[in-house]
Amino acid sequence: MRYLPHTSEDIAQMLALVGAESIDQLFEDIPANCRREGELDLPAPLTEWDLNTHMDGLADTMGAAPRYKVYIGAGSYDHFIPEISRQLLLRSEIFTAYTPYQPEISQGTLQTIYEYQTLVTRLLGMDVTNASMYDGASALAEALLMSIRVTKRKKVVVSKAIHPLYRQVVATYFAPTDFEVVELPFGADGRTDLSAVGDLSEIAGVAVQSPNFFGCIEDLKQIGETIHSDKKTLFVVGFSEPLAYGLLKNPGSQGADIACGEGQSFGIPRSFGGPGLGMFSAKQKYVRNMPGRLVGKTVDVDGKSGFVLTLSTREQHIRRERATSNICSNQGLCATASVMYMAALGGTCVRGLAQLNHDKAEYLKAGLKGAGFEVPFAAASFNEFVVKAPAGFAARRDALLEKRIVAGLPIASYYPELADHYLFCATETASKSDMDLLVKEVSA
Amino acid sequence: MKEINELNLPEDVKYTDDHEWAKLDGDVATIGISDYAQDQLGDIVFVELPETGSTFDKGEEFGSVESVKAVSELYMPLGGEIVEINAELEDAPEQVNSAPYGGGWMVKIKIADMAEFEALMDKSAYLASLEG
Amino acid sequence: MSHTSSETTWMPTGTTGLIFNEPLLWEQGAEGRCGMSVPESDVLMSPLDSELVGDGPDWPNLSELDVVRHFTRLSQWNFGVDSNMYPLGSCTMKYNPKINERQAALPGFAGSHPLLPESLSQGALKLLYDLERYLAEVTGLPAISLQPAAGSHGELTGMLIFAAYHKAQGKPRHKVLIPDTAHGTNPASAALCGFKSIPLASGEDGILTPEMVDELMDEDTAGIMITNPNTLGLFENNIKEVAEVIHAKGGLIYGDGANMNAVMGIVNMADVGVDVLHLNLHKTFSTPHGGGGPGAGPVCVTEALRPFLPVPRVVKEGDTYRWDEDYPQSVGKVHAFYGNFGVLVRAYSYVLSMGPFLKKASQLAVLNANYIKESLKEVFHLPFDRVCMHECVFTDKYQEQHKVATLDMAKRLMDYGFHPPTVYFPLVVHGAIMIEPTESENKETLDRFIAAMRAIAEEAREHPDLLHQAPRNPKLGRLDETLAARKPCLCG
Repeated sequence: MRYLPHTSEDIAQMLALVGAESIDQLFEDIPANCRREGELDLPAPLTEWDLNTHMDGLADTMGAAPRYKVYIGAGSYDHFIPEISRQLLLRSEIFTAYTPYQPEISQGTLQTIYEYQTLVTRLLGMDVTNASMYDGASALAEALLMSIRVTKRKKVVVSKAIHPLYRQVVATYFAPTDFEVVELPFGADGRTDLSAVGDLSEIAGVAVQSPNFFGCIEDLKQIGETIHSDKKTLFVVGFSEPLAYGLLKNPGSQGADIACGEGQSFGIPRSFGGPGLGMFSAKQKYVRNMPGRLVGKTVDVDGKSGFVLTLSTREQHIRRERATSNICSNQGLCATASVMYMAALGGTCVRGLAQLNHDKAEYLKAGLKGAGFEVPFAAASFNEFVVKAPAGFAARRDALLEKRIVAGLPIASYYPELADHYLFCATETASKSDMDLLVKEVSA
Repeated sequence: MKEINELNLPEDVKYTDDHEWAKLDGDVATIGISDYAQDQLGDIVFVELPETGSTFDKGEEFGSVESVKAVSELYMPLGGEIVEINAELEDAPEQVNSAPYGGGWMVKIKIADMAEFEALMDKSAYLASLEG
Repeated sequence: MSHTSSETTWMPTGTTGLIFNEPLLWEQGAEGRCGMSVPESDVLMSPLDSELVGDGPDWPNLSELDVVRHFTRLSQWNFGVDSNMYPLGSCTMKYNPKINERQAALPGFAGSHPLLPESLSQGALKLLYDLERYLAEVTGLPAISLQPAAGSHGELTGMLIFAAYHKAQGKPRHKVLIPDTAHGTNPASAALCGFKSIPLASGEDGILTPEMVDELMDEDTAGIMITNPNTLGLFENNIKEVAEVIHAKGGLIYGDGANMNAVMGIVNMADVGVDVLHLNLHKTFSTPHGGGGPGAGPVCVTEALRPFLPVPRVVKEGDTYRWDEDYPQSVGKVHAFYGNFGVLVRAYSYVLSMGPFLKKASQLAVLNANYIKESLKEVFHLPFDRVCMHECVFTDKYQEQHKVATLDMAKRLMDYGFHPPTVYFPLVVHGAIMIEPTESENKETLDRFIAAMRAIAEEAREHPDLLHQAPRNPKLGRLDETLAARKPCLCG
């Protein structure tokens, strides 16, 4: 086996030094009734080439872009990924390093994460960003738990226009606690209806997502002002499409206390839903209540500038059951991919790319309208939007799979009141001719 | 770390088993942590203090001190209401190391029950407990 | 054995090289540059309401080569498994096979949307289904969720299962026993589920005894979290008896599988009484750590606990696979989609490459650790002198007289071209030095590591200042962590 370097002579010499007659003898301390008999019943090892053939076979069954045209976003977006990030991420020094607990020999990881923290902070208009969470869903759950820690209140409010799968994860995290999660409805324009929020003095945090699950851009300023009529309640702004903030007013400038969401759009393959990137930012005054790792700037013994993991007393390895979170391993390599992407894209081009996403989606929206689809929500959207399909569309959608087109995502299973409603997404990867073909196919 | 005979243990304050000290001025006590405690903790990087106006019982946790790799809770040597906190520690927590009985003081409380103060250890009793 | 080269002139190797200085991203660049190809628009521009539009992020503008050089230079300041031996205890820094990266990058996997129709996801579903079967074979626990994104996420899922199970029994419980040798994630995960951690001191020989457990176990205790082998590198010999005590009082056994690399094919976790176990695929199953993650922390449970696993689950019907959400007792979802699928692909690729040789990997990992333990125990204090599993724990007791501490020796090891072991953990051992070589290292590398450690022990006696001033070879010397924490600068 090529991963195991020991020759029988090595083993013999090592056993002699250890004073054991056989490898089995090293395990004799384990009581006999704890040891298993026989060998593992696993398939015989594959050679590298047979493995490739096998994996190619599995991968070939997938309805993946670019072979398939998949007009679904819903928290996982099809964006071009520059070749440089794929190649740079394969540098061994980056991907075979552990968490940078020994800063002298981890400055590459540490500076990279510091740069990630900074560029995300600037994107979201916040003060401080951590080194990453698992995904947009767990980031939201952690943000809500943080609002409870900060305010010592027991109730949180989440908009129903937040990604339904994120809300499911929030429900899981809250199930064993005595904290309460209340949902806010969305209005006829597809945006959160805050009128039912209730007594803010009981509420630790209110979370909305923008653009929300329907693609609609929330009126964050208005919502923030309402929430902050109570001095303590935290305003949590979630997102699943960070590219929107290349163009839109950022959460921080509209009163967000915590901004968190999914960063997959920035140079991370969709990869069947993971690994993605939980982005998590907050206002400075809440930094000691934040979950996750933080990289900070300092100097070495010679006064040279460098970076270390810092404010670690918040974390599980020191504060144990009183830690701000149990998170240890995070999504460091995905954060690295995203900072490469943000650096390559730059402040000027991100605007153009975001505008292009909006334009493509508007083009598709107009095309579908022309094909008999209704656009139920009047609020402005970014790169995805909801339509109500004409009769017979479900069967047509199934038939289109044969033509390697996935025409939107049915959302009735998440919102029973939205039967026949579909969420469509178009990014910069959707060409006009492909979208024209889609519209033609669904028109017939 | 310091040997016991190197510790600075003033005579005019009283001590607790948890290494806090309290100094009396009328019915107000100033509270901090002892030289022994700051030395054990190493470089203090953050001090978390309660809000003015909050009240605590004797032995109740009122805050924490952090070094780079450890957190220690602070316990009230005696009950009462917080009348002042040392806001300077927010920007200069190192004063707990450099002047634990001076600039490193933490809170002032209005004492609820003077008998609790009397029950605290004096220097010799505290020293004996450290040598324990 | 090459134990002889312990003179102080022994030349450190491996950490001299070409190191470029490199400023921060935003200290470079110029308006007008862009490092990425942005497509031309082929549709009409559709302006957004100006009320909604902001200034956009203040990111630097760099060319493609600027970005490539930046991250290439930064990478050269890092130590990785591919650089040299990385004996970080409890972290299982084994070789990360290159071929696994190819599989995860296959367009069919990397380009797949998670909400594709099942008919267009068969390959991914089969992979998940089969990986569950393989991990079930390795652990002995039949029901598995691959959804948790990391080890502590797996622990959280496990604790959610504890809570859901006791609730289903009609009597929620409020405490969990956690040995003092446990990783900090254990009490933190338990706390998230509202459990109070009850600390449990390990016995004199470093392991739990049923008597100690019996004393603390009661009808309000949901169960116990055990890392086995434990963080002292010792097998919990009484695990079966401990499990009987817990089970007799209606509790469950949680196994922290962080150290599974010692016992693949050797211990069946179900047989020894474990009810819930998480694995760290980024440890035992060779997926890379990536400077902090992503990992994957599958949770494996007994048949009795299957109803409580997260949803959705993959089911097989004939030759096709589909998602199933219909498990009313499930704890719910812990990840937006199905966990870190790309990591699962790498682990699957590893299992198919190794097959039954996984047992051999564990055997050799244990042999390597014992070889190091025996080779160093005369120069470093060994608090528990018995056969170890895949890692061994020394202390700095013999070096204290020279005013040399674990940290000094760890830093000096960098000058010799090795990554330091885990230090000051487990907490129950004063000045702990925890070494996990893994099976990946050959005898020559182990001998070089042993020689370096012996040289450092010698230096501690003869030239302690060399250690106090270490490291000198890396790009930076020791960093001021106090300054970083007192005046946090977290954003540029």
